[in-house]
Amino acid sequence: MTTLQIDHVSRWFGNVVAVNDITMTIGPGVTGLLGPNGAGKSTLINMMGGFLAPSNGTVTLDGQPVWRNEAIYKQIGIVPEREAMYDFLTGREFVVANAELHGLGAKAAQKALATVEMEYAQDRKIQTYSKGMRQRVKMASALVHDPSLLLLDEPFNGMDPRQRMQLMDLLRRMGDEGRTVLFSSHILEEVEQLAWHIEVVVAGRHAASGDFRKIRRLMTDRPHRYLVRSSDDRALAAALIADPSTSGIEVDLAEGALHIQAVDFGRFTALLPRVARDHGIRLLTVSPSDESLESVFSYLVAA
Amino acid sequence: MYDPTVARLTYRALLGRRRALILGALPLLLVVIAVAVRGLAGADDQTASDLLGGLALATMVPIIGVIAGTGAIGPEIDDGSVVYLLSKPVKRPTIIFTKLIVAIAVTMVFSALPTFIAGFILNGNGQQIAVAYTVAALVASIAYAALFLLLGTVSRHAVVFGLVYALVWEALFGSLVPGARTLSVQQWSLAVAERVAGGEMVTSDVGLTTATVLLALVTVLATWYAGQKLRSLTLAGEE
Repeated sequence: MTTLQIDHVSRWFGNVVAVNDITMTIGPGVTGLLGPNGAGKSTLINMMGGFLAPSNGTVTLDGQPVWRNEAIYKQIGIVPEREAMYDFLTGREFVVANAELHGLGAKAAQKALATVEMEYAQDRKIQTYSKGMRQRVKMASALVHDPSLLLLDEPFNGMDPRQRMQLMDLLRRMGDEGRTVLFSSHILEEVEQLAWHIEVVVAGRHAASGDFRKIRRLMTDRPHRYLVRSSDDRALAAALIADPSTSGIEVDLAEGALHIQAVDFGRFTALLPRVARDHGIRLLTVSPSDESLESVFSYLVAA
Repeated sequence: MYDPTVARLTYRALLGRRRALILGALPLLLVVIAVAVRGLAGADDQTASDLLGGLALATMVPIIGVIAGTGAIGPEIDDGSVVYLLSKPVKRPTIIFTKLIVAIAVTMVFSALPTFIAGFILNGNGQQIAVAYTVAALVASIAYAALFLLLGTVSRHAVVFGLVYALVWEALFGSLVPGARTLSVQQWSLAVAERVAGGEMVTSDVGLTTATVLLALVTVLATWYAGQKLRSLTLAGEE
């Protein structure tokens, strides 16, 4: 059982405060670190991984300091966000090198490559890899020594849906095995699908913490706004407003679109396609008009 | 202290990219010039000494040192891939020491070896000139590699600073301001070469003892400090 303890940690760069007095405990299972871009997630993960000294406070892993303590990496596997990774090596050479640096051999590397299903491309140079393949090789390099703590910085960036699902399955499995897995993301759906527990960071502050469902409720209970274009806006508007999941619809003639305010997010997203089909209306555009994370988070923080 | 995996990664990074071309170009130029000079002017000890001292030791060795020393770690820190070395239970001084060994080896191969070949072409090692300058290049390779490895660890502009040091301080300033020569890797290595040649052809402004002490001091301090800097290396996020 590995527990990462972040205790009153702050980090500032010059007079910019990136992380502001955050205290959290990351235990076994999958934890999502959620926050908009620039919230301080990477700074926090860098401090958790021992690549950045906190300006204030401490980061410890089972009581051991993480900063300037190389021995700690026997327990930590890291998947950085940055792309660069010895592109002149093949995937196999890269993972073998990572294994060797842990005092392990090619066997461990092979096992890790199999775990991420990259054996088929292991003898190609990394520079020929797609983003998803790179991500999986990075993952293999982090898993090679069977770490009890796995830190992943925006691991799903640039992955296609299938790769995303595979990686999610893998992380879920790691969590089930009792490992402590922490990943950062700015995408709600990713966190929702994967994390058992989430920590929300907004503008360097710890905004919320706890069970996903609780936080999810805070997020989904707020009104959502959508912009919808269809083959018959008025008929669609009339059909939608009859349902309690919508609280207001504006027909924007200039834009040729509907601005819909939905109060029940889950119900509305199920309702819209059904209503359209039942009335023979074609949906041309459906886009959330205020889904920017900032608005979600400002709502969360205010709540 | 020495990690073969770190060494392998460093060698491949150093010799695999365009760097290898630049590393190879200068020595080739030196040998070509040596052939041309020998062909045009014949064998002459003074010419050999001037060319090896002025071109090989004063210019080529430090430039190769800059490329190998900063290149052994700078690009990894720049692009962030160093995280894969740092996230391992490998002592930071071990990483630095290993990279130093690689940088020294590469600098020696690409500077001392061509110096020796050029020296032989120029005057067939008359008055031990080829051997003397080769020894100087070998000794200088160690100090330059250590200095520029440190520079690569602490600065993102290591190549620029390194070249400014090599070309302005060592080559230009050193020939104009006598005091500057005392603090020059080139002069320290010349002191060693002077002992090897034993004649009038190779001379240094610095005594052998002073030179040896300073060479050792610079190498050890630079390596130790680079290890310390790597222990506290900060990988800031991209935010």
